[in-house]
Amino acid sequence: MHSELKHITAVAPFLGSFYVVLFLLNAVMAYYLWHYRHKTAAAIFWMLIGGVYICVLSPLALSGHASMVPSMPEFIRNAADRALQGTMGAVVYSSASFLGLTFLYLGRRFFVKWWVAWSGLNLALLALGLSMTNQNFYSIAAKPDNVPIVGLVFLLGFFTWLGTAKAVENDDRAERGLPPTEKDDDEKVLVWPDLVYTELICMIVLTAVLLVWGIGLKAPLEEPASRVKTPNPSKAPWYFLGLQEMLVYYDPWMAGVVLPSVVVLGLMAIPYLDFNPRGNGYYTISQRQFSYLTFQFGFLVLWVTLIVLGTFLRGPNWNIFGPYEYWDPHKVEALNNVNLSQMFWENLLHRPLPKAPTGASGGAMALVILEREWLGIALTLGYLVLLPPIMATTVFRRFFVKMGFIRFMLMSNLMLMMMSLPIKMVLRWTFNLKYIIAIPEFFLNL
Amino acid sequence: MPTTEKEPLGEIIRESQLWKSVFRHPAPIDRRNRVVVMLTNFFLHLHPVSIKKQGIALSYTWCMGGVTFFLFLVETITGVLLMFYYRPTLEWAYNDILALRDATSLGILRELHRWGAHAMVITVWLHMYRVFLTGSYKPPREFNWVVGVVLLLLTLLLSFTGYLLPWDQLAIWAITVGSNMARATPFLGHEGPGHQLFSVAGIEMITSGSDARFGLLGARFVGEETLNRFYVLHCIAIPLAAAFLLAIHFWRVRKDGGISGPL
Ligand code: HEM
Repeated sequence: MHSELKHITAVAPFLGSFYVVLFLLNAVMAYYLWHYRHKTAAAIFWMLIGGVYICVLSPLALSGHASMVPSMPEFIRNAADRALQGTMGAVVYSSASFLGLTFLYLGRRFFVKWWVAWSGLNLALLALGLSMTNQNFYSIAAKPDNVPIVGLVFLLGFFTWLGTAKAVENDDRAERGLPPTEKDDDEKVLVWPDLVYTELICMIVLTAVLLVWGIGLKAPLEEPASRVKTPNPSKAPWYFLGLQEMLVYYDPWMAGVVLPSVVVLGLMAIPYLDFNPRGNGYYTISQRQFSYLTFQFGFLVLWVTLIVLGTFLRGPNWNIFGPYEYWDPHKVEALNNVNLSQMFWENLLHRPLPKAPTGASGGAMALVILEREWLGIALTLGYLVLLPPIMATTVFRRFFVKMGFIRFMLMSNLMLMMMSLPIKMVLRWTFNLKYIIAIPEFFLNL
Repeated sequence: MPTTEKEPLGEIIRESQLWKSVFRHPAPIDRRNRVVVMLTNFFLHLHPVSIKKQGIALSYTWCMGGVTFFLFLVETITGVLLMFYYRPTLEWAYNDILALRDATSLGILRELHRWGAHAMVITVWLHMYRVFLTGSYKPPREFNWVVGVVLLLLTLLLSFTGYLLPWDQLAIWAITVGSNMARATPFLGHEGPGHQLFSVAGIEMITSGSDARFGLLGARFVGEETLNRFYVLHCIAIPLAAAFLLAIHFWRVRKDGGISGPL
């Protein structure tokens, strides 16, 4: 309790200025609305919100009394912790990120409204500020190397909003038979001064940002390297945490080698697989739904949100902790995952797993392994070999006709590889499935 | 003495032999010279002379490619300065970083380099995101997208190899976790599926002393050989490769018809 109070006193000055910044943001917005948009009522509303930041939250934070500093209500903290911790946490988190994207996609016309987006930004920043008084939250979110990820989340939010807003506008225009907005600016301008000056200003602003960032936040330097003291948790650099997250569900040869290679290959293949000529050079969603959704699923749900999970919620022993929970290194979670072959032989047939007699020849051993793992092997082969032709003759018929055999096979296999991650996740959560194929003899576990 | 009007200082400078020898064009104050400046200045000739208004709209490109390139330059400059103070050996690496923090003027060199690197990873992703959302990888820009993916990979590898250099706990364990995967490379890792195929007369050829991970680290674990390897990759090999690909990337942006736009 004592350290909690000390922590609050220590972050209070930062929070005081943080709320001033929030006030300024809203003041600028209010001015913009009033002066350029002539929306007086909205301007007054956001000015009032800004007033709350500067007249209430900021003075309270600066008051110097730990008990006065505004912080996240306890019931919200408890609810968030309960929802997000442990194995259930992974389920809740992943389902929420998937549903969130679906929701954003279906409701995009609503979410791109400027006041919805602005309210969202205000809420997110407010939640961040209120959470900072919590020591556990702060120690993770404000870790120097994690600060960029907080930034990434806000930047991605902003640019997703911007891209969606422009796409929605263009899609509306297309319905009315108009060309995309980008077409309106068809006129040519001279690069000097129009572009050169923009670049100059960009560079100056960026330099200023880097300088402020560099002065305000020290680069981390921990104890000298020691090969005997393994930190718990040991984390890869943050941009690889999505891959490290896959290690929970796949062995290293898949999570660390095969799937990353597939990601890179898949990215490179995009221009050669997307045969849709529309949406070239302007923002649109309705004109390229399939590629849009596939990319967003891969990028936002499978890459970025897994990084966020790995950074902020994965703690000691690679357990998942709630955002306000203490990272207790002694917390253990019972893992009782079973292989598909065990489920089949032991649970279903009530027989022991087939085992080769000691001293069996290589061939005999291979046969026994085949017998033991036949179900998993059949399922995997069916998934990778049978599904593509089935897809080609049913739902993806139009694609197959347009793309031809090779391109279609490439696309369907890349899709199936991508989907193998969420599939494995769901199987793990629902059936505690460890490996579909388990051949530890040859380091081949899937 | 004749009373001539005094020329403004700017004019005098711009009329001087020295100035004219450096800048091959008059001041870009009229239309003609604004064209000339783009054509005759080495740094500006990356750009076209004129451009569709939409191609420079911040709301279209987000300027993210440009920002990424700027950060690459920042990293190059701060990186060279850091090299003055840093020796990649077990004896010195950590201490040099410590000294950099405690005893060097311009005390934010390391911060600029580290935060710039994080920012660059983020801006490359955002750049790719925007190129995707505007469908700018579609013909005729397919190949430039592929070049871009390689640049993305190089950016991540630059950051990854640099992560080791401070030689603190954060560094070696992050690299240990990251490179442990290579142990399991199919066929080429000593814990990877299929590595047993490479055995001669019952003796395995792929061992912890000869597999993919060993090639990456130069040892069985993250040690001095690794530090040396990553240092060379980080300061020489990868930046050179990236600079080469960047040249192609920019050249292709121009040759593929400039920034994309609706046809
Ligand atoms: C070190 C990394 C990179 C740098 C410095 C860079 C720089 C640039 C710049 C300055 C442009 C001009 C337009 C703009 O700013 O948006 C551009 C365009 C482009 N970039 Fe990159 N890029 C990088 C990585 C990538 C990646 C990762 C991709 C995709 C996977 C990519 C694909 C493209 C394409 C297709 C264009 C043409 C876009 C158009 O015409 O609208 N680049 N790049």
